[in-house]
Amino acid sequence: MSVAERVGAPRIVPTRGIPYPTGDPALPAAEERAWRRELLRRALTAIATSVSGPTVFRGGAERAV
Amino acid sequence: MTRVVHYLNQFFAGLGGEAAADAPPALRRGALGPGRKLQEFLGQGYDIIATVYCGDDRAVASPEVVAAILDLAAGEHPDILVAGPAFTSGRYGVACARVVAAATRAGIAAIAAMHPDNPGLDEAAPGVVIGSGASVREMAPSLERLAAAVRKHLAGDVLTDGDGRIGKRPRKNALADRPGAVRAVDLLLARLAGRDAVAEVSLPPFDSVAPASPVADPRTATVALLTEGGLVPLGNPDRLESARATRWLRYDIAGKSAASPSEYASVHGGFSTSWANQDPNRILPLDVARELEREGAVGALYGEYFATTGNGTTVPNARRFGVEWAAELRRSGIQAAILTAT
Repeated sequence: MSVAERVGAPRIVPTRGIPYPTGDPALPAAEERAWRRELLRRALTAIATSVSGPTVFRGGAERAV
Repeated sequence: MTRVVHYLNQFFAGLGGEAAADAPPALRRGALGPGRKLQEFLGQGYDIIATVYCGDDRAVASPEVVAAILDLAAGEHPDILVAGPAFTSGRYGVACARVVAAATRAGIAAIAAMHPDNPGLDEAAPGVVIGSGASVREMAPSLERLAAAVRKHLAGDVLTDGDGRIGKRPRKNALADRPGAVRAVDLLLARLAGRDAVAEVSLPPFDSVAPASPVADPRTATVALLTEGGLVPLGNPDRLESARATRWLRYDIAGKSAASPSEYASVHGGFSTSWANQDPNRILPLDVARELEREGAVGALYGEYFATTGNGTTVPNARRFGVEWAAELRRSGIQAAILTAT
């Protein structure tokens, strides 16, 4: 369980690393920007979704850090 | 007769509200305001011989003022100094906390009373704090509990949670019968077996937050970007802390199409900031947020972002930031926020 879930954040979009929540320096610039766009897209889905407790919005593109 | 000196702020001493908040430290003989009720609860054998009071702004302005308050109290040779209750009043709570801390260090027994959420709580150690209600409506039960704690403390008994004690307390070294590794494994086994074993170190509780209702349609919503990643304008003009932040800041992003490394950097002290400083959009995703705004996927981006540093931040401070952010966003007509967490 992630820290965000444990402390009860209602809508959570998992990312790839603490120092770059909306990035991934391992990627070429264009791909990194596409990844950031995907994260924000997912965040917009999250804010438009009704939740009753900590909910993780996974897009299937996560990668272990 | 046990000699008690009571500390109050300008409001409870009857001087007035904000207009009198700069009043200097002063002393009056006998009990004043809530001190009269405290005297009743303390009962026979206790005498509030004097009340020391000071305006809240003045009291928290400098250590010299706290020293002056303590001098006035010490001049009465009290057996104990009692401060408050300060309820959730911030400056008053900080003043009570500093006064009892200074008195305790000077060898004078001292107890403050305030609500557990009062921002002063963490400053009271090594002084003792007893929990009070949240507001003056709970004055009587708060004073009753405070009076009981005063009697018990002066009797030489240790005040515990059961007496309403809150806040930091001095740790005492003691020799345990079993080494830490054994106790840790036993605790783990007890938890795995479903027994409600109590940890030796108490952790601050986290609030449970009821999720906000969803926005009906992000395409018509105004959305704010927030971060606890310590992202500030280059040079950190407002001196945001890199750890244990006590503040949050707001910066204008109206008209900016991205978070440029020539304009922003992170001062977060809890991770390497080199990736964020190469491209601050990795912490504040302004570039794609603008893109989504242009395309209509977001109604509008709010014209400022809020920032603090989430690194060893105390739970009370974090709670306060959250409350203030929510209030600001609501006031500005924002429907949703995206908070990047590092």
